[in-house]
Parts: sequence; C-alpha cells; structure tokens
Amino acid sequence: MINAGDTAWVLISAALVMLMTPGLAFFYGGMVRKKNVLSVLMQCFIVLCLLSVQWVLYGYSISFAPGEGFWGGFKWFGLNGVGLEPYSDYAATIPHQAFMIFQAMFAIITPALIIGAFAERMKFSAFLIFILLWSTFVYGPVCHWVWGVGGWLRKLGALDFAGGTVVHINAGIAALATALVIGKRKNIEKNIPAPHNMSFVVLGTALLWFGWFGFNAGSALAANGLAVNAFVVTNTAAAAAGLSWAFIEWIRNGKPTIFGAASGAVAGLVAITPAAGFVSVIPAILIGILVSVFCFISVGIVKPRMGYDDALDAFGVHCIGGIWGALATGLFASKAVNSAGADGLFFGNPKQFIIQLAAVGATLIYSFVATTIIYKVIDLIMVVRVNEKEEAMGLDLTQHHERACTVLE
Amino acid sequence: MKLIIAIIQPDKLEEVKEELYRVEVNLITVSEVLGHGRQKGVTEIYRGAKESGNLLRKVRLEIAVNENFVEPTVNAIIKGAKTGETGDGKIFILDLKECIRIRTEERGSLAIG
Repeated sequence: MINAGDTAWVLISAALVMLMTPGLAFFYGGMVRKKNVLSVLMQCFIVLCLLSVQWVLYGYSISFAPGEGFWGGFKWFGLNGVGLEPYSDYAATIPHQAFMIFQAMFAIITPALIIGAFAERMKFSAFLIFILLWSTFVYGPVCHWVWGVGGWLRKLGALDFAGGTVVHINAGIAALATALVIGKRKNIEKNIPAPHNMSFVVLGTALLWFGWFGFNAGSALAANGLAVNAFVVTNTAAAAAGLSWAFIEWIRNGKPTIFGAASGAVAGLVAITPAAGFVSVIPAILIGILVSVFCFISVGIVKPRMGYDDALDAFGVHCIGGIWGALATGLFASKAVNSAGADGLFFGNPKQFIIQLAAVGATLIYSFVATTIIYKVIDLIMVVRVNEKEEAMGLDLTQHHERACTVLE
Repeated sequence: MKLIIAIIQPDKLEEVKEELYRVEVNLITVSEVLGHGRQKGVTEIYRGAKESGNLLRKVRLEIAVNENFVEPTVNAIIKGAKTGETGDGKIFILDLKECIRIRTEERGSLAIG
C-alpha cells in the first residue's frame, strides 16, 4: 500500500540529499587554492550528472537487485522491473522508484567524497574513468552487502542506518588509498596551502547539514517516529561535534576557528549516520563530542606525522568518523528506539559490537584493495596525475580552460 | 639605493622568500599581477567562445635595497624562482632616488633596512 505521506517525505529527502553534492563542492572548493576551485566544483557536479545516468542504467541493479552474494547483477538493468508499486523488501509504503531515486543520491555523493583526497592534482579524463569504475566495482558491491536483499553483511545483522559503512568508511578508506598512490602535491611541505575561500567552506557545511536531514531522517523511508528520532539525533550530534572541535582548538591552539567548528559539524554528521535510527539523544551527544576528538587527532596529529597528502581530509573525517559511528552503533543501539534494530553492548548485547567490527573491517579491506587496483589499472592506460607544469598552473586553466574569477575585466 | 622589481611564478614565491631570508633581505612587498612574456598566456573558453593569449597569474616583488645588497638579492630571487622553463619571469633594477621611513622620518640608506 502506497502511503502519501511516506512517499512525499522520501521524495523531499531525495532532493535534500541531492543538494549535498553541490554543498560538498563548496565545502571542498573553498578549501583548495583559487587556481583549482573550478576543478573541484566540476568534479562534484559531473559526478552528479554521470552517476545519475549510471544509476538508472545499471547502478541500482548491481546494488539492490536481490542477491547473488557479490552484487545484485543486471536483472534490473534500465530499471526493468523497478516500477511504481512498492517493493516491500526495501520499503513497503512507497513506490519502488522513490526508493531507487533516494538511493541514487547516496550513490552520487559517496564517490564525490573521495575527491577531497586527490584534489588539485588529478586529470579530469582519468577522474571520470575512476569514478565510473569505483562506483561499479566498489560502491555497488559494498552497498549490496550491507543493504541489498541477499547481502552478506545484511544477513549477518550489521546495523547501518544511513550509510556509515557503505558511504563514509567506504569513501574514506578509498580516499586514503588514492592519496597514497597519487602522491603529495608539489611544494606543500614548506607552505601548506591555506583554504582560498573560508566562506565557501561554511556555506558548503550549512548545505551539507541541511541535506543530511534527508540523508538520515529520510533513511527511515517513512514519515514516522523513527524519521523524527533520526532527525533529532542528527542535529544533536552535528551540534555537539561542532562545539567539541571548536573547544579542542581553543584549548590546544589558543583560538577556536570557524574551519574547526565546520569540520566538527561534518564529522558529527558522519558519525551519527549509521546510528541515527538506533540511538537516542544522550548517546548522540557523546558520539558527537568524541568524533571531533578522534578526527582532530587524525587530521591534526597523525596525518602530518605519517606524511600522506589527504588534501582536504576525506579520510581523516569520513573514514575515522565513519568507523567511530559504526562502532558507536554497536555500543549505543537500543531496541527501545527501533524495535527492528538490535541492542548494542551497553544494552546487554556485546555480539552486536563484534558484528559492527566485522562490517567495518570488511569494508576497509575490500575498498582499500579494490580502489588501489582500479587506480593502478587506469594509471597503466593513461597517467592519472597531471604533469608538474599543469599542477603549478592549476587545474581550472589546464583541465577546463576557464577560471573562477577575473582579476582584471 | 636600488629598487628591485621581480616578476615570478606564483608557486615559486615561498622558495624565493626563503632564499631572501637566507641573505637577510626581510623587507619585501608582494602583489598578485597578470602578465605574460614569451610564454604567450593561456586559452580560455566560455560557452564555446575562445579567448586565446590570456594573461597568466604572476607574483610581483618589490624590494628596496642598499647597493651592497643588490647582487645577493638578485641571486636569491634567481635561486628561488629559476626552473629553466619559459615563464620563470624577470628582474628589473631601478635607481631609487629617495626612501623615507614614515614612523621616524629617517631618509636614505638608513630608512631602507
């Protein structure tokens, strides 16, 4: 039975999640040097275009068509059999295509998150191939394992309400893999590039936060109490994490920064994503406060020592925050919040924590290895990285023949 | 007294600054400018409309020095900015008539350093 309220909410949520990809473009775009801002906007934007088409052609099928273990296969190619009646294994009260288009927006933003790691140095042509292959051979399978009918992590009982493993750990560890294989940007040791437009970063953060209500509360797939719970804990965790990061900076560096508060809010949104439908508001505050501690250590202390150039901290925020969120779900989940879920460690079910660990581990290993292979294969066909001269001149001019702002009219 | 004006690649600024500090030239003014020499600029395309020979971003340094600092300054700029490719930039040296430090109203060589 199609429910009008549920359908309306899921469609609105799909639109909210769509807005996150341009939001991410501004979040990332503000952080790069001004010679590269258009390249980041273009990368995010073209992912929206490319994967929208890929998803209806075969992306949805390999991710969600019922079960062949590794992925869903091609039986729903071109949305064949994906109609306007509900498909009750996924959502019993909305048209199947409403679920499909909601999921499309997740499949779009996930690969876009990886851009943060290799920003300012990848050829646009290589980028397109990378995104298409990654979406097909990494996102599709991992999404199927966790959410698809027949997926092995779903059968195992792993809890991932809105994409902590599928989206954030998956993209975050892929980000680390690409940062390692593409190598550091030139001339950044002495002079770490400052974000060229902090206002864009804050604008992007606001759009992400707004869109995240669709991401998490929409994942209830109904306009009901569970959606409200997800909405409330999402806002709470983001706020707690923003506060937490700003205070950490205040104590450690002497002054709180807007960049820190914004980074904290995003980290909080990441961490609450897998937990949003399973935890109540006090755990959400703890999840938010602690995610900023872990992510701050990761981007501010570990990264400089290890020396990898995860340019915009896609790994440091999304993977670390995602791991914390997935494990925190295994700690704080409660059937009192969601009877279809499970109890976590603190509610007397340590087994759930082990299952969460398994889901995290499987995602980390598979995504890291598959991403590295994909990169190396493309690198054999065409060099993925731009040459030194192009990197120095900037990707806007060398990859797109345009620049963001005129200096003289 | 001389005024040294140098046009360099933007991403060489840090290296040039470091070389200048090494020879104890600490007082510089930097601005972002557009220009091209033999490098001929770049092509930009907006909705199919092609604009070729567009100007490239460069960095302009202005450094006022006493005579004994001229060669060290020039050498430091070259050391920091040279890649051997077209587009490395140029250095111009001009005679400087007067220099006045506003705070103290000192004039001449004294005011430069």
